[in-house]
Amino acid sequence: MAKRVLLIEDEPNIIEAVRYILSRDGWAVDTHADGATALAAVARRLPDVIVLDAMLPGRSGFDVLRDLRGDPATAAIPVLMLTARGQQKDRDLAERNGANRFMTKPFSNAEVLACVQDLYLGAPHPRDS
Amino acid sequence: MVQKVTGATDQFTGPHRGLTGGRIRARRLDLGLRQGDLAERMGISPSYLNLIEHDRRKIAGKLLAKAARALDTDVATLARGAGAALIDGLLDAAAMAPDPGPDLPRSGAPDLSRAGEFASRFPDWAALAVSQARRIATLERVVETLNDRLSHDPFLSQALHDVLSTATAIRSTSAILADDGEIDPEWRARFHRNPFEDSQRLADSARGLVGYLDGAGQAETSIASPQEEVQAWLAAQNHHLAALETGVDDVEKALPRGATGPARSLMRDFALVYAHDARRLPLSALRAALAQGGPDPARLAQTFGADLHSVFRRLSCLPEGVNGRPVGLVACDASGTLTFRKPLDGFPLPRFGAACPLWPLYLALSRPHTAIRQVVQQAGQMSPRFVTFSQALHRPGGGFDAPPVTTAMMLILPDDADTPAQPIGISCRICPRPACAARREPSIVASLS
Repeated sequence: MAKRVLLIEDEPNIIEAVRYILSRDGWAVDTHADGATALAAVARRLPDVIVLDAMLPGRSGFDVLRDLRGDPATAAIPVLMLTARGQQKDRDLAERNGANRFMTKPFSNAEVLACVQDLYLGAPHPRDS
Repeated sequence: MVQKVTGATDQFTGPHRGLTGGRIRARRLDLGLRQGDLAERMGISPSYLNLIEHDRRKIAGKLLAKAARALDTDVATLARGAGAALIDGLLDAAAMAPDPGPDLPRSGAPDLSRAGEFASRFPDWAALAVSQARRIATLERVVETLNDRLSHDPFLSQALHDVLSTATAIRSTSAILADDGEIDPEWRARFHRNPFEDSQRLADSARGLVGYLDGAGQAETSIASPQEEVQAWLAAQNHHLAALETGVDDVEKALPRGATGPARSLMRDFALVYAHDARRLPLSALRAALAQGGPDPARLAQTFGADLHSVFRRLSCLPEGVNGRPVGLVACDASGTLTFRKPLDGFPLPRFGAACPLWPLYLALSRPHTAIRQVVQQAGQMSPRFVTFSQALHRPGGGFDAPPVTTAMMLILPDDADTPAQPIGISCRICPRPACAARREPSIVASLS
Protein backbone atom coordinates (compact mmCIF):
# COMPACT_ATOMS: atom_id res chain seq x y z
CA MET A 1 0.00 0.00 0.00
CA ALA A 2 1.30 3.44 -0.91
CA LYS A 3 2.34 5.75 1.84
CA ARG A 4 -0.27 8.44 2.19
CA VAL A 5 0.14 12.10 3.07
CA LEU A 6 -2.66 14.57 3.70
CA LEU A 7 -1.79 18.15 2.79
CA ILE A 8 -4.01 20.67 4.58
CA GLU A 9 -3.25 23.99 2.90
CA ASP A 10 -5.36 26.63 1.21
CA GLU A 11 -2.94 28.10 -1.32
CA PRO A 12 -3.72 26.31 -4.64
CA ASN A 13 -0.32 26.72 -6.24
CA ILE A 14 1.51 25.50 -3.15
CA ILE A 15 -0.83 22.49 -3.16
CA GLU A 16 0.04 21.75 -6.76
CA ALA A 17 3.78 22.05 -6.30
CA VAL A 18 3.89 20.01 -3.10
CA ARG A 19 1.54 17.43 -4.51
CA TYR A 20 3.83 17.08 -7.50
CA ILE A 21 7.07 16.61 -5.59
CA LEU A 22 5.53 14.19 -3.10
CA SER A 23 3.69 12.08 -5.67
CA ARG A 24 6.85 11.86 -7.75
CA ASP A 25 8.47 10.34 -4.67
CA GLY A 26 5.80 7.68 -4.53
CA TRP A 27 3.34 9.26 -2.11
CA ALA A 28 -0.42 9.19 -2.46
CA VAL A 29 -1.28 12.80 -1.83
CA ASP A 30 -4.67 13.97 -0.61
CA THR A 31 -5.40 17.60 -0.09
CA HIS A 32 -7.79 19.59 1.98
CA ALA A 33 -8.14 23.37 2.03
CA ASP A 34 -10.48 24.22 4.90
CA GLY A 35 -9.65 24.47 8.61
CA ALA A 36 -13.19 23.97 9.86
CA THR A 37 -13.58 20.53 8.27
CA ALA A 38 -9.95 19.43 8.53
CA LEU A 39 -10.56 17.04 11.44
CA ALA A 40 -13.19 15.15 9.50
CA ALA A 41 -10.85 14.94 6.50
CA VAL A 42 -8.15 13.41 8.69
CA ALA A 43 -10.55 10.97 10.32
CA ARG A 44 -11.81 9.86 6.92
CA ARG A 45 -8.39 9.20 5.44
CA LEU A 46 -6.15 8.41 8.41
CA PRO A 47 -2.97 9.32 6.48
CA ASP A 48 0.56 8.27 7.41
CA VAL A 49 1.75 11.88 7.61
CA ILE A 50 -0.05 15.21 7.80
CA VAL A 51 1.31 18.50 6.42
CA LEU A 52 -0.71 21.21 8.15
CA ASP A 53 -0.69 24.93 7.39
CA ALA A 54 -1.05 27.17 10.46
CA MET A 55 -3.27 29.75 8.83
CA LEU A 56 -6.32 28.17 7.29
CA PRO A 57 -9.69 29.56 6.38
CA GLY A 58 -12.35 28.54 8.91
CA ARG A 59 -10.05 27.42 11.71
CA SER A 60 -6.47 27.91 12.81
CA GLY A 61 -4.08 25.06 12.10
CA PHE A 62 -2.91 25.22 15.72
CA ASP A 63 -6.43 24.43 16.92
CA VAL A 64 -6.79 21.64 14.40
CA LEU A 65 -3.51 20.17 15.65
CA ARG A 66 -4.60 20.30 19.28
CA ASP A 67 -7.80 18.41 18.50
CA LEU A 68 -5.90 15.85 16.41
CA ARG A 69 -3.71 15.14 19.40
CA GLY A 70 -6.75 14.88 21.66
CA ASP A 71 -8.36 12.16 19.61
CA PRO A 72 -6.84 8.69 20.15
CA ALA A 73 -7.53 7.78 16.53
CA THR A 74 -5.32 10.57 15.22
CA ALA A 75 -3.04 11.32 18.18
CA ALA A 76 -0.08 9.38 16.80
CA ILE A 77 -0.07 10.65 13.21
CA PRO A 78 3.11 12.67 12.62
CA VAL A 79 2.42 16.31 11.72
CA LEU A 80 4.59 18.79 9.86
CA MET A 81 3.37 22.29 10.64
CA LEU A 82 3.80 25.03 8.03
CA THR A 83 3.61 28.70 8.88
CA ALA A 84 4.23 31.98 7.17
CA ARG A 85 5.54 33.47 10.38
CA GLY A 86 8.75 32.22 11.91
CA GLN A 87 8.09 33.85 15.28
CA GLN A 88 9.18 31.98 18.34
CA LYS A 89 5.73 32.08 19.88
CA ASP A 90 4.30 30.32 16.82
CA ARG A 91 7.02 27.73 17.15
CA ASP A 92 6.28 27.32 20.85
CA LEU A 93 2.57 27.03 20.20
CA ALA A 94 3.11 24.40 17.54
CA GLU A 95 5.37 22.42 19.83
CA ARG A 96 2.99 22.71 22.75
CA ASN A 97 0.09 21.52 20.63
CA GLY A 98 2.07 18.49 19.54
CA ALA A 99 3.66 19.23 16.15
CA ASN A 100 6.50 16.87 15.23
CA ARG A 101 8.15 19.37 12.93
CA PHE A 102 7.80 23.04 12.17
CA MET A 103 8.70 24.72 8.89
CA THR A 104 8.62 28.37 7.91
CA LYS A 105 7.46 29.58 4.51
CA PRO A 106 8.99 29.96 2.04
CA PHE A 107 10.44 26.45 2.33
CA SER A 108 12.31 24.51 -0.31
CA ASN A 109 10.88 21.43 -2.00
CA ALA A 110 13.77 19.30 -0.83
CA GLU A 111 13.16 20.30 2.80
CA VAL A 112 9.51 19.36 2.68
CA LEU A 113 10.22 16.07 0.98
CA ALA A 114 13.00 15.14 3.39
CA CYS A 115 10.88 16.09 6.36
CA VAL A 116 7.86 14.07 5.26
CA GLN A 117 10.12 11.07 4.62
CA ASP A 118 11.70 11.43 8.05
CA LEU A 119 8.33 11.60 9.73
CA TYR A 120 7.16 8.52 7.88
CA LEU A 121 10.22 6.54 8.87
CA GLY A 122 9.77 7.66 12.45
CA ALA A 123 13.09 9.48 12.43
CA PRO A 124 13.71 11.05 15.81
CA HIS A 125 12.39 14.52 16.27
CA PRO A 126 15.15 17.12 16.56
CA ARG A 127 13.82 17.78 20.06
CA ASP A 128 14.80 14.29 21.13
CA SER A 129 18.28 14.38 19.70
CA MET B 1 10.18 58.79 12.44
CA VAL B 2 12.44 58.61 15.45
CA GLN B 3 12.86 61.73 17.48
CA LYS B 4 16.36 62.92 18.05
CA VAL B 5 17.55 63.27 21.56
CA THR B 6 19.18 66.64 21.57
CA GLY B 7 20.38 69.19 24.01
CA ALA B 8 21.50 66.64 26.57
CA THR B 9 25.02 68.00 26.75
CA ASP B 10 23.97 71.58 27.40
CA GLN B 11 21.43 70.56 29.95
CA PHE B 12 23.93 68.60 31.98
CA THR B 13 27.14 70.51 31.78
CA GLY B 14 26.02 74.08 31.45
CA PRO B 15 25.33 76.30 34.38
CA HIS B 16 26.19 74.57 37.65
CA ARG B 17 29.71 73.33 37.30
CA GLY B 18 31.12 75.81 39.74
CA LEU B 19 29.26 74.79 42.86
CA THR B 20 31.42 71.88 43.99
CA GLY B 21 33.87 74.16 45.77
CA GLY B 22 31.08 75.76 47.75
CA ARG B 23 29.86 72.35 48.83
CA ILE B 24 33.33 71.31 49.96
CA ARG B 25 33.59 74.46 52.02
CA ALA B 26 30.14 74.02 53.56
CA ARG B 27 30.83 70.41 54.44
CA ARG B 28 34.22 71.30 55.95
CA LEU B 29 32.65 74.00 58.10
CA ASP B 30 29.89 71.60 59.16
CA LEU B 31 32.54 69.19 60.39
CA GLY B 32 34.47 71.98 62.12
CA LEU B 33 37.60 71.29 60.09
CA ARG B 34 40.14 73.99 59.39
CA GLN B 35 41.18 74.69 55.82
CA GLY B 36 44.74 73.70 56.63
CA ASP B 37 43.67 70.31 58.02
CA LEU B 38 41.60 69.45 54.99
CA ALA B 39 44.32 70.64 52.62
CA GLU B 40 46.81 68.40 54.38
CA ARG B 41 44.54 65.37 54.11
CA MET B 42 44.02 66.10 50.43
CA GLY B 43 47.75 66.58 49.88
CA ILE B 44 47.48 70.12 48.58
CA SER B 45 48.37 73.55 49.89
CA PRO B 46 45.82 75.52 51.93
CA SER B 47 45.94 78.35 49.42
CA TYR B 48 45.09 75.98 46.57
CA LEU B 49 42.21 74.54 48.61
CA ASN B 50 41.07 78.10 49.21
CA LEU B 51 40.90 78.67 45.46
CA ILE B 52 38.93 75.43 45.04
CA GLU B 53 36.50 76.31 47.80
CA HIS B 54 35.76 79.58 46.09
CA ASP B 55 35.31 77.87 42.77
CA ARG B 56 38.31 79.62 41.30
CA ARG B 57 39.89 76.27 40.47
CA LYS B 58 38.08 73.21 39.24
CA ILE B 59 38.20 70.06 41.26
CA ALA B 60 37.54 66.63 39.82
CA GLY B 61 38.81 63.10 39.62
CA LYS B 62 41.22 61.79 42.24
CA LEU B 63 41.41 65.06 44.10
CA LEU B 64 37.64 65.21 44.44
CA ALA B 65 37.65 61.62 45.65
CA LYS B 66 40.27 62.56 48.29
CA ALA B 67 38.15 65.51 49.37
CA ALA B 68 35.11 63.25 49.65
CA ARG B 69 37.05 60.77 51.78
CA ALA B 70 38.48 63.47 54.00
CA LEU B 71 35.02 64.96 54.43
CA ASP B 72 33.47 61.58 55.14
CA THR B 73 31.04 61.88 52.27
CA ASP B 74 30.83 60.65 48.71
CA VAL B 75 31.86 62.18 45.44
CA ALA B 76 28.32 62.21 44.15
CA THR B 77 27.19 64.42 47.02
CA LEU B 78 30.02 66.89 46.53
CA ALA B 79 29.58 66.88 42.80
CA ARG B 80 25.82 67.15 42.83
CA GLY B 81 26.05 70.77 41.92
CA ALA B 82 28.36 69.83 39.08
CA GLY B 83 25.50 68.09 37.37
CA ALA B 84 23.01 66.43 39.66
CA ALA B 85 20.83 65.74 36.66
CA LEU B 86 23.79 64.14 34.95
CA ILE B 87 24.52 61.87 37.91
CA ASP B 88 20.87 60.91 38.24
CA GLY B 89 20.85 60.22 34.53
CA LEU B 90 23.87 57.94 34.88
CA LEU B 91 22.22 56.06 37.73
CA ASP B 92 19.12 55.72 35.58
CA ALA B 93 21.25 54.40 32.76
CA ALA B 94 22.85 51.88 35.13
CA ALA B 95 19.43 50.83 36.38
CA MET B 96 18.33 50.17 32.82
CA ALA B 97 21.39 48.12 31.96
CA PRO B 98 20.56 44.45 31.59
CA ASP B 99 21.41 42.27 34.54
CA PRO B 100 24.14 39.89 33.42
CA GLY B 101 22.42 37.16 35.45
CA PRO B 102 23.42 35.34 38.62
CA ASP B 103 25.75 32.94 36.83
CA LEU B 104 27.92 35.67 35.32
CA PRO B 105 30.35 37.94 37.11
CA ARG B 106 29.22 41.54 37.21
CA SER B 107 32.53 42.57 35.75
CA GLY B 108 30.86 44.74 33.17
CA ALA B 109 28.64 46.54 35.65
CA PRO B 110 29.63 50.10 36.45
CA ASP B 111 30.73 51.09 39.93
CA LEU B 112 27.78 53.26 40.93
CA SER B 113 29.65 55.01 43.71
CA ARG B 114 31.89 56.54 41.07
CA ALA B 115 29.09 58.02 38.96
CA GLY B 116 29.77 61.46 40.40
CA GLU B 117 33.48 61.21 39.70
CA PHE B 118 32.78 60.09 36.15
CA ALA B 119 30.29 62.90 35.63
CA SER B 120 32.64 65.54 36.88
CA ARG B 121 35.74 64.27 35.09
CA PHE B 122 34.11 63.52 31.76
CA PRO B 123 30.91 65.55 31.64
CA ASP B 124 30.58 65.33 27.86
CA TRP B 125 31.05 61.58 27.78
CA ALA B 126 28.70 61.13 30.73
CA ALA B 127 26.07 63.23 28.97
CA LEU B 128 26.53 61.03 25.93
CA ALA B 129 26.00 57.90 28.03
CA VAL B 130 22.87 59.38 29.55
CA SER B 131 21.41 60.50 26.26
CA GLN B 132 22.18 57.11 24.75
CA ALA B 133 20.49 55.32 27.63
CA ARG B 134 17.42 57.46 27.07
CA ARG B 135 17.55 56.78 23.40
CA ILE B 136 17.75 53.06 24.09
CA ALA B 137 14.68 53.32 26.31
CA THR B 138 12.83 55.14 23.54
CA LEU B 139 13.90 52.66 20.91
CA GLU B 140 12.99 49.71 23.09
CA ARG B 141 9.52 51.11 23.28
CA VAL B 142 9.48 51.48 19.51
CA VAL B 143 10.43 47.84 19.13
CA GLU B 144 7.72 46.82 21.55
CA THR B 145 5.17 48.89 19.65
CA LEU B 146 6.20 47.43 16.33
CA ASN B 147 6.26 43.96 17.79
CA ASP B 148 2.74 44.42 19.09
CA ARG B 149 1.72 45.58 15.68
CA LEU B 150 3.24 42.57 13.96
CA SER B 151 1.47 40.24 16.33
CA HIS B 152 -1.88 41.93 16.58
CA ASP B 153 -2.47 43.97 13.46
CA PRO B 154 -4.89 41.84 11.41
CA PHE B 155 -4.17 43.58 8.13
CA LEU B 156 -0.42 43.31 8.46
CA SER B 157 -0.66 39.72 9.52
CA GLN B 158 -2.85 38.83 6.54
CA ALA B 159 -0.67 40.81 4.10
CA LEU B 160 2.53 39.15 5.29
CA HIS B 161 0.88 35.78 5.11
CA ASP B 162 -0.14 36.48 1.51
CA VAL B 163 3.33 37.61 0.53
CA LEU B 164 5.04 34.61 2.10
CA SER B 165 2.52 32.11 0.77
CA THR B 166 2.84 33.47 -2.74
CA ALA B 167 6.61 33.49 -2.49
CA THR B 168 6.47 29.88 -1.32
CA ALA B 169 4.34 28.85 -4.27
CA ILE B 170 6.70 30.59 -6.69
CA ARG B 171 9.74 29.05 -5.07
CA SER B 172 8.37 25.53 -5.11
CA THR B 173 7.10 25.73 -8.65
CA SER B 174 10.20 27.31 -10.10
CA ALA B 175 12.39 24.78 -8.31
CA ILE B 176 10.45 22.00 -9.99
CA LEU B 177 10.93 23.65 -13.38
CA ALA B 178 14.61 24.27 -12.77
CA ASP B 179 15.53 20.84 -11.40
CA ASP B 180 13.55 18.51 -13.55
CA GLY B 181 14.16 17.66 -17.12
CA GLU B 182 11.31 15.21 -17.34
CA ILE B 183 7.95 16.71 -16.56
CA ASP B 184 4.68 15.60 -18.01
CA PRO B 185 3.67 18.24 -20.62
CA GLU B 186 0.40 18.98 -18.89
CA TRP B 187 2.14 19.59 -15.54
CA ARG B 188 4.83 21.55 -17.28
CA ALA B 189 2.27 23.90 -18.83
CA ARG B 190 0.65 24.40 -15.45
CA PHE B 191 3.97 25.04 -13.71
CA HIS B 192 4.80 27.60 -16.35
CA ARG B 193 1.54 29.41 -15.85
CA ASN B 194 1.43 29.38 -12.05
CA PRO B 195 4.53 31.47 -11.27
CA PHE B 196 3.33 34.11 -13.68
CA GLU B 197 0.01 34.47 -11.87
CA ASP B 198 1.71 34.23 -8.50
CA SER B 199 4.25 36.89 -9.32
CA GLN B 200 1.45 39.29 -10.21
CA ARG B 201 -0.25 38.53 -6.93
CA LEU B 202 3.02 38.97 -5.10
CA ALA B 203 3.53 42.36 -6.72
CA ASP B 204 0.03 43.44 -5.69
CA SER B 205 0.44 42.22 -2.12
CA ALA B 206 3.83 43.90 -1.81
CA ARG B 207 2.44 47.17 -3.14
CA GLY B 208 -0.48 46.98 -0.73
CA LEU B 209 1.87 46.29 2.14
CA VAL B 210 4.12 49.22 1.31
CA GLY B 211 1.12 51.51 0.99
CA TYR B 212 -0.18 50.37 4.33
CA LEU B 213 3.16 50.81 6.08
CA ASP B 214 3.57 54.28 4.58
CA GLY B 215 0.13 55.24 5.83
CA ALA B 216 0.82 53.82 9.26
CA GLY B 217 4.09 55.74 9.43
CA GLN B 218 2.24 58.98 8.79
CA ALA B 219 -0.42 58.20 11.34
CA GLU B 220 2.17 57.83 14.06
CA THR B 221 4.94 60.28 13.38
CA SER B 222 6.02 60.15 16.97
CA ILE B 223 7.51 57.20 18.65
CA ALA B 224 7.66 58.89 22.00
CA SER B 225 4.54 58.46 24.08
CA PRO B 226 1.90 61.14 23.56
CA GLN B 227 2.60 62.45 27.08
CA GLU B 228 6.26 62.86 26.26
CA GLU B 229 5.41 64.70 23.09
CA VAL B 230 3.25 67.09 25.09
CA GLN B 231 6.02 67.62 27.67
CA ALA B 232 8.54 68.32 24.91
CA TRP B 233 6.19 70.81 23.30
CA LEU B 234 5.64 72.62 26.61
CA ALA B 235 9.32 72.55 27.54
CA ALA B 236 10.20 74.10 24.19
CA GLN B 237 8.21 77.21 25.08
CA ASN B 238 9.10 77.19 28.74
CA HIS B 239 5.54 76.09 29.59
CA HIS B 240 4.23 79.50 28.62
CA LEU B 241 1.65 79.61 25.83
CA ALA B 242 1.74 83.28 24.90
CA ALA B 243 -1.00 82.81 22.29
CA LEU B 244 -3.48 81.88 25.01
CA GLU B 245 -2.69 84.68 27.45
CA THR B 246 -4.90 87.24 25.77
CA GLY B 247 -8.23 85.56 26.35
CA VAL B 248 -8.56 83.91 22.94
CA ASP B 249 -11.09 81.13 22.53
CA ASP B 250 -9.51 79.34 19.60
CA VAL B 251 -6.95 77.10 21.27
CA GLU B 252 -6.03 75.49 17.95
CA LYS B 253 -3.79 78.47 17.27
CA ALA B 254 -1.56 77.53 20.15
CA LEU B 255 -1.04 73.93 19.04
CA PRO B 256 2.01 72.93 17.03
CA ARG B 257 1.29 72.29 13.38
CA GLY B 258 2.99 68.91 13.20
CA ALA B 259 1.19 67.32 16.12
CA THR B 260 -1.37 64.65 15.34
CA GLY B 261 -3.30 61.85 16.95
CA PRO B 262 -3.36 61.29 20.69
CA ALA B 263 -0.63 63.87 21.39
CA ARG B 264 -2.63 66.58 19.67
CA SER B 265 -5.71 65.63 21.59
CA LEU B 266 -3.77 65.87 24.88
CA MET B 267 -2.34 69.21 23.80
CA ARG B 268 -5.81 70.51 23.01
CA ASP B 269 -7.06 69.43 26.43
CA PHE B 270 -4.09 71.15 28.02
CA ALA B 271 -4.62 74.31 25.99
CA LEU B 272 -8.33 74.48 26.86
CA VAL B 273 -7.52 74.32 30.55
CA TYR B 274 -4.70 76.84 30.05
CA ALA B 275 -7.01 79.29 28.31
CA HIS B 276 -9.60 78.88 31.05
CA ASP B 277 -6.97 79.47 33.75
CA ALA B 278 -5.64 82.50 31.88
CA ARG B 279 -9.08 84.10 31.84
CA ARG B 280 -9.56 83.40 35.52
CA LEU B 281 -6.08 84.57 36.53
CA PRO B 282 -4.88 87.07 33.90
CA LEU B 283 -1.13 87.47 33.63
CA SER B 284 -0.86 91.12 34.64
CA ALA B 285 -3.23 90.78 37.61
CA LEU B 286 -1.42 87.65 38.75
CA ARG B 287 1.94 89.43 38.60
CA ALA B 288 0.55 92.32 40.59
CA ALA B 289 -0.85 89.99 43.24
CA LEU B 290 2.46 88.13 43.43
CA ALA B 291 4.41 91.36 43.83
CA GLN B 292 2.08 92.42 46.60
CA GLY B 293 1.65 89.27 48.65
CA GLY B 294 4.17 86.69 47.43
CA PRO B 295 3.54 83.19 46.16
CA ASP B 296 0.93 82.01 48.63
CA PRO B 297 -1.36 79.76 46.57
CA ALA B 298 -4.21 79.84 49.09
CA ARG B 299 -4.31 83.63 49.13
CA LEU B 300 -4.10 83.80 45.33
CA ALA B 301 -6.94 81.30 45.05
CA GLN B 302 -9.05 83.47 47.31
CA THR B 303 -8.13 86.70 45.50
CA PHE B 304 -9.08 85.33 42.10
CA GLY B 305 -11.91 83.04 43.16
CA ALA B 306 -10.10 80.13 41.59
CA ASP B 307 -9.37 76.61 42.82
CA LEU B 308 -5.87 75.71 43.94
CA HIS B 309 -5.15 73.62 40.85
CA SER B 310 -5.72 76.65 38.64
CA VAL B 311 -3.35 78.68 40.80
CA PHE B 312 -0.72 75.90 40.71
CA ARG B 313 -0.93 75.72 36.95
CA ARG B 314 -0.74 79.48 36.51
CA LEU B 315 2.29 79.78 38.80
CA SER B 316 4.02 77.02 36.87
CA CYS B 317 3.68 78.74 33.51
CA LEU B 318 4.92 82.22 34.35
CA PRO B 319 7.77 82.91 31.93
CA GLU B 320 9.83 84.58 34.66
CA GLY B 321 9.09 81.90 37.26
CA VAL B 322 8.21 82.88 40.81
CA ASN B 323 10.57 85.33 42.51
CA GLY B 324 12.70 84.94 39.41
CA ARG B 325 13.20 81.23 40.04
CA PRO B 326 11.86 78.27 38.13
CA VAL B 327 8.81 76.39 39.36
CA GLY B 328 8.05 72.68 39.10
CA LEU B 329 4.69 71.02 38.82
CA VAL B 330 3.59 67.39 38.85
CA ALA B 331 0.16 65.84 38.68
CA CYS B 332 -1.06 62.31 39.09
CA ASP B 333 -4.32 60.46 38.78
CA ALA B 334 -5.96 58.24 41.39
CA SER B 335 -3.67 55.35 40.47
CA GLY B 336 -0.64 57.49 41.35
CA THR B 337 0.51 57.54 37.73
CA LEU B 338 2.23 60.81 36.90
CA THR B 339 0.14 62.55 34.27
CA PHE B 340 2.07 65.81 34.14
CA ARG B 341 5.71 66.60 34.77
CA LYS B 342 7.44 69.93 34.77
CA PRO B 343 10.82 69.30 36.37
CA LEU B 344 13.08 71.92 37.86
CA ASP B 345 16.74 72.06 38.80
CA GLY B 346 17.53 69.92 41.81
CA PHE B 347 14.15 68.18 41.75
CA PRO B 348 14.46 65.53 39.08
CA LEU B 349 11.35 63.58 38.14
CA PRO B 350 11.34 59.92 37.14
CA ARG B 351 11.06 59.57 33.40
CA PHE B 352 9.29 56.26 33.57
CA GLY B 353 7.47 54.43 36.29
CA ALA B 354 6.37 55.60 39.68
CA ALA B 355 7.90 58.30 41.85
CA CYS B 356 8.91 58.35 45.52
CA PRO B 357 5.94 57.38 47.72
CA LEU B 358 7.00 60.05 50.23
CA TRP B 359 6.13 62.90 47.90
CA PRO B 360 3.49 65.18 49.40
CA LEU B 361 1.65 64.65 46.10
CA TYR B 362 0.69 61.19 47.29
CA LEU B 363 -0.14 62.38 50.79
CA ALA B 364 -2.58 64.77 49.13
CA LEU B 365 -4.03 61.89 47.16
CA SER B 366 -4.92 60.14 50.39
CA ARG B 367 -6.53 63.28 51.82
CA PRO B 368 -8.58 64.76 49.01
CA HIS B 369 -9.28 68.50 49.13
CA THR B 370 -6.84 69.08 51.99
CA ALA B 371 -4.26 71.70 51.02
CA ILE B 372 -0.85 70.47 52.13
CA ARG B 373 2.28 72.58 52.46
CA GLN B 374 5.49 70.70 53.07
CA VAL B 375 9.19 71.49 52.83
CA VAL B 376 11.09 68.62 51.25
CA GLN B 377 14.65 67.73 50.44
CA GLN B 378 16.03 65.19 48.01
CA ALA B 379 18.63 62.68 49.19
CA GLY B 380 22.13 64.05 49.58
CA GLN B 381 23.30 66.10 52.54
CA MET B 382 23.62 69.29 50.58
CA SER B 383 20.63 68.95 48.32
CA PRO B 384 18.53 72.07 48.04
CA ARG B 385 15.21 72.37 49.84
CA PHE B 386 11.88 72.93 48.17
CA VAL B 387 8.56 74.04 49.49
CA THR B 388 5.69 72.07 47.98
CA PHE B 389 1.99 72.86 47.86
CA SER B 390 -0.28 69.91 47.13
CA GLN B 391 -3.94 69.18 46.84
CA ALA B 392 -6.07 66.42 45.37
CA LEU B 393 -9.42 67.31 43.86
CA HIS B 394 -12.34 65.14 42.84
CA ARG B 395 -14.49 66.00 39.91
CA PRO B 396 -17.65 64.15 38.97
CA GLY B 397 -17.08 61.05 36.90
CA GLY B 398 -20.29 61.58 34.96
CA GLY B 399 -23.65 60.97 36.55
CA PHE B 400 -24.69 59.49 39.86
CA ASP B 401 -22.87 56.45 41.21
CA ALA B 402 -20.03 56.93 38.73
CA PRO B 403 -16.69 56.97 40.54
CA PRO B 404 -15.22 60.49 40.77
CA VAL B 405 -12.12 61.39 38.79
CA THR B 406 -9.31 62.38 41.12
CA THR B 407 -6.31 64.51 40.26
CA ALA B 408 -3.56 65.37 42.73
CA MET B 409 -1.19 68.21 41.95
CA MET B 410 2.03 69.37 43.59
CA LEU B 411 3.62 72.75 43.01
CA ILE B 412 7.36 72.84 43.73
CA LEU B 413 9.20 76.07 44.61
CA PRO B 414 12.84 76.49 45.65
CA ASP B 415 13.07 77.20 49.38
CA ASP B 416 16.03 78.92 51.02
CA ALA B 417 14.78 78.93 54.58
CA ASP B 418 16.55 76.63 56.97
CA THR B 419 13.35 74.89 58.06
CA PRO B 420 13.28 71.17 58.82
CA ALA B 421 12.58 69.28 55.64
CA GLN B 422 10.86 65.99 54.92
CA PRO B 423 13.44 63.75 53.23
CA ILE B 424 12.19 62.38 49.91
CA GLY B 425 13.67 60.73 46.84
CA ILE B 426 13.07 60.43 43.11
CA SER B 427 12.16 56.79 42.91
CA CYS B 428 13.27 53.78 44.93
CA ARG B 429 15.67 52.23 42.45
CA ILE B 430 17.98 55.23 42.42
CA CYS B 431 17.39 56.41 45.97
CA PRO B 432 20.31 56.17 48.41
CA ARG B 433 18.29 56.42 51.65
CA PRO B 434 19.00 53.16 53.50
CA ALA B 435 16.28 53.07 56.13
CA CYS B 436 13.06 54.06 54.45
CA ALA B 437 9.86 52.40 55.57
CA ALA B 438 8.21 53.31 52.29
CA ARG B 439 10.82 51.63 50.12
CA ARG B 440 9.22 49.26 47.60
CA GLU B 441 12.30 47.82 45.93
CA PRO B 442 16.01 47.71 46.71
CA SER B 443 18.15 50.57 45.54
CA ILE B 444 20.91 50.07 43.04
CA VAL B 445 22.97 52.95 44.39
CA ALA B 446 25.28 52.93 47.38
CA SER B 447 23.42 54.01 50.49
CA LEU B 448 24.23 57.28 52.19
CA SER B 449 26.31 56.85 55.26
